[in-house]
Amino acid sequence: MIWDTLMAHSPALVIIIPLLAAFGTPLIGRAGKKYMYTWILCALALTELMTIVMLYHVFTNGTAIYVMGANPYNLAIPPDSHGIPVRIILTVDAFSSFMAFTASTVALAGGIYSIACEHEQTGQEKYYALLLLMLVGMLGMVLTGDLFNFFVFLEINSLASAALVAYHVDKGVATEAGFKYAIISAIGALMFLFAIGILYGEYDALNMAMIGSRMQFTNLDKIAMALITVTMAMKAGAIPMHYWVPDGYGKAPGAISAMLVTASQASLYGLFRMSFTVFGISANHVTLGWFIIILGVLSMFVGVTMALIQHDIKRLMAYHAISQTGYMLLGVGVGLATLGTAAFNQYGLAAMEGGIFHIINHAMYKGLLFLTAGAIIYRVGTSDLNKMGGLGHTMKYTSIFFIIGALSIAGIPPFNGFASKLMIYESVYQFQPVLSIIAMIVSILTLASFVKVFHSAFMGPKIHNVKEVPRSMLIGMAILTFFIILFGLFPNIALHYLVKPAAEALASPMGYLSRVLGGGP
Amino acid sequence: MMLLNLPYITVAILIAMGIYAMVYKRNLIKIVIGLSIVESAVNLFLVSLGYRRGGIAPIYTSAPSTYMVLPTPQALTLTSIVIGVATTAMLLSFCMVIYRNYGTLDSRKIRRLRE
Repeated sequence: MIWDTLMAHSPALVIIIPLLAAFGTPLIGRAGKKYMYTWILCALALTELMTIVMLYHVFTNGTAIYVMGANPYNLAIPPDSHGIPVRIILTVDAFSSFMAFTASTVALAGGIYSIACEHEQTGQEKYYALLLLMLVGMLGMVLTGDLFNFFVFLEINSLASAALVAYHVDKGVATEAGFKYAIISAIGALMFLFAIGILYGEYDALNMAMIGSRMQFTNLDKIAMALITVTMAMKAGAIPMHYWVPDGYGKAPGAISAMLVTASQASLYGLFRMSFTVFGISANHVTLGWFIIILGVLSMFVGVTMALIQHDIKRLMAYHAISQTGYMLLGVGVGLATLGTAAFNQYGLAAMEGGIFHIINHAMYKGLLFLTAGAIIYRVGTSDLNKMGGLGHTMKYTSIFFIIGALSIAGIPPFNGFASKLMIYESVYQFQPVLSIIAMIVSILTLASFVKVFHSAFMGPKIHNVKEVPRSMLIGMAILTFFIILFGLFPNIALHYLVKPAAEALASPMGYLSRVLGGGP
Repeated sequence: MMLLNLPYITVAILIAMGIYAMVYKRNLIKIVIGLSIVESAVNLFLVSLGYRRGGIAPIYTSAPSTYMVLPTPQALTLTSIVIGVATTAMLLSFCMVIYRNYGTLDSRKIRRLRE
């Protein structure tokens, strides 16, 4: 009985718990640091737990809807509303719950990591309040079924992220990065709102499913689609719009860089959700799919070549984040370009699965790499690779975590990067061999770049007299390492419970639409 | 007919002005002002979408007629204004911190990030 209620209300609880905890943090922070840390960890752990409950709920019962303020909670279309969903609806399909799981896991690891890493900073209660708000933004973006609500959560996420990027003022340099990120996010969100206005003016609705089912694909819709696609690709950090990524990721505190990866992926979710569900039924799949593929290939290649010449450890990793985003765009783009043809069942679905699997893998290993970079900066005090060296002598655990992350991003078995990259190579090869070959070359360059980082940071004579980082930072890194090894050794677990349902949900927009519009409880 | 489209023409002009300011102005405060102009333009766009000639305020209690302006765009605009205030406040406080550390707001001179 309690279990059923908990499952049914899990979509709302996933958002409410971190939201309430965020506003409670400054109050609890007055009582003492210890209470505040306990409060934060409980909130993050509870969110993670509720996400898992929601994941189970969606896996067993299919797409869940939760209507805010309705009685009963799943009454999407009230009897007197002439068939229009009037309330704000959370629509949770397998892809949404997959993204929510990724975001809350990285946030949990980041929260635990921050306790030691930000120990000496002032204004910590604000830091944790913003960290929780950033998580709320991401979870809201992936769970909502309403366009305007998506915009609101996008803004919550952008504001919290920008403030956190600037958290270490660092003689104004971090503030500069935060300013850049905030301007880019704000103008992007305004263009998104403009596109929402266009869609509302045409279809008289804000619900994604309603707009999707009424979609005519007129010229105005094409303008709206262009605005939404470009905005979301910009927030996700795809190549022609990538200039904020190295600054934002590079200057943020370690845990926040890891969470910015999932924040970008929430925008990537927005891009995929709009392309498949809102514009999906009537849009020109092939053109949109090729647009996403070209963005992906450009991001992969330019990202990795820019990374090779960097000598700042976090800027280097940020360029790799751009490059890895390209794999996701490539995989899902191939799925979109072949949607509805015979080729889709042959290799298109597999490419989408690879792209989606890469989302969670990237969040885990890139999160881990940013945490190790944060650990190095915490001990050595510089992010310049030329000034590091010999850290492997004393920071043993950190160097082991770094090796795992680096091998995983380069796609070496038995780590998780290999599993998803192999799926992308195989399926994309059948679509267009050249793309697959580019993807492999990028992978080799990634390995080269990380060998360089490992050599200059951990190998060589002992220069710095440093200790291993505190335990809470190691626990944060260990959580992500656990998932890297789990998904690397047993990719079938992730594929069966997380990835396959997500890819199938994304590829069949009709199911999403009929779940919302098809009837009440 | 031209007159009915006037709000949309204003929106286009304002967005163009705002983006011009953001791209070509060097002073950070002016960039923030440009952003605010774009934001006002988008708000104007939303409100004018929901306007109907001769419609009354959408309050159902003892309304003289049911010919009303649309309430949803107004609610959206209100939310958007609140978010805009938060964004502007945050950006201006970033400008303050930058000015304190660099002694200037000229974006050509604020380039320590690239070094």
